Amino acid sequence: MKPKLALYWASSCGGCEIAVLEIKDKILDVDAFFDVAFWPVAVDFKVKDVEAMDDGEIDLCLFNGAIRNSENAEMAELLRRKSKILVAFGSCAYEGCIPALSNTTTREATLRWIYEESPSTVNPDGVRPQLATETPVGTLRLPEFWETVRSLDQVVDVDYYVPGCPPQAHQIWGVLEAVMQILEKGLELPPKGTILGAGDRTCCDECPRERKEKKISGFVRIHQTIPDPDLCLLDQGILCMGPATRSGCGALCVAAGMPCRGCYGPPPNTKDQGTKMISALASVIDSDDPDEIDRILDGILDPVGTFYRFSMAKATLGRVQIHDARAASETAEAHA
Amino acid sequence: MVMTAEHETAPPPSDWQPRIVAFLCNWCSYTGADLAGISRIQWDPAVSILRVMCSGRMDPTFVAKAFQLGADGVIISGCHPGDCHYQEGNYKTLRRVHLLRRLVAEFGIEPERVKLVWVSASEGDRWAETANEMAEQIRKLGPLRLAS
Repeated sequence: MKPKLALYWASSCGGCEIAVLEIKDKILDVDAFFDVAFWPVAVDFKVKDVEAMDDGEIDLCLFNGAIRNSENAEMAELLRRKSKILVAFGSCAYEGCIPALSNTTTREATLRWIYEESPSTVNPDGVRPQLATETPVGTLRLPEFWETVRSLDQVVDVDYYVPGCPPQAHQIWGVLEAVMQILEKGLELPPKGTILGAGDRTCCDECPRERKEKKISGFVRIHQTIPDPDLCLLDQGILCMGPATRSGCGALCVAAGMPCRGCYGPPPNTKDQGTKMISALASVIDSDDPDEIDRILDGILDPVGTFYRFSMAKATLGRVQIHDARAASETAEAHA
Repeated sequence: MVMTAEHETAPPPSDWQPRIVAFLCNWCSYTGADLAGISRIQWDPAVSILRVMCSGRMDPTFVAKAFQLGADGVIISGCHPGDCHYQEGNYKTLRRVHLLRRLVAEFGIEPERVKLVWVSASEGDRWAETANEMAEQIRKLGPLRLAS
């Protein structure tokens, strides 16, 4: 009997699903080796089919997406129970990614913006989604929207992590190929908690650009300049997360002239990507004068959103504390 | 009580006292605090000192971790500008703390909970003042609780 494979998306954009198909015709090798037991994007199995399985019946589950509501959590728990190997696949499941940026505001502010205040919304009665609604055909239920977005491992036990937004195709194939060999030959699995499909250095180590001694006397945003194609972007004052980002992507963005946004998460031996970036970045600011330093730092418009763009669910300082409703609504406006 | 990453809990005292972690550089500030002790200058026991070789060794991650483990405030102290044993470690710290305070504020935490000072080896009185002022300030702010 073929080993069973499941793929699932929780709070995600679908990019991870597409990334899996980017392994191109090798997907046929995957299909030849595995029996696809559950993959809502591609295959028509239902949740009740998974519920009917024995515990541990799925050999490998690649779970992408953050945990944003009660349904995401229920599916995470179900797939944890049914899977021998549960992989947090992609940045959302690994560390919260873009959905977790809403940890900078409140659920109330988010819902108010979405259902009442955004310019494209017409909702004069202020109708909001309800957990349960009585209708002539019975009670309709919706999942509960959480205050704080979680990574997969903050909700269930996770075996391995594959970083990236999305993970790169060659890395996905590397992981799948390794797992297939391990399952086929009965080899030993890597230690639990291993980060798969990534390097063990930083994005800078893969970057083709020339680095000089860094001195930053002012930040420019990428749309305000035409960067030199051969020089380090950070040297040119463009905020690049390379120094605080794990290698593995092949430095795709920087090679194409865009700064690294940090999607492969913190480098090895680092838990917090944001504070690590502060450490790396602040030390190369070209001034010893407090006022001048502040003037240069004013060029970083959104420190939390920049340094924790992909890892907000794992920030050491927790979610952003909103001290009153007024502040919450101002935050929502600022982010609008 | 020993506090490490593996041993994270400390019982909260019934009458709350602030816990302030101070990162002091080996060459100036730690010696300055030592001088305060030798000179029998009293300073607030809410402040616990951690010695680092240079204030430039102070990774912003340490501050975040201190807050996570229950610190209510953090002091970072190094040699005066121009006096760093390693030439420019304290300038790196200066820039890091400026950026870190912005980040901390964005997390909804009072930036006053992170204090940067320069204390030389001969300034025992200045260290005592710093510790007392910080303890006073943190008592006013109250306990820090990170939101999870």
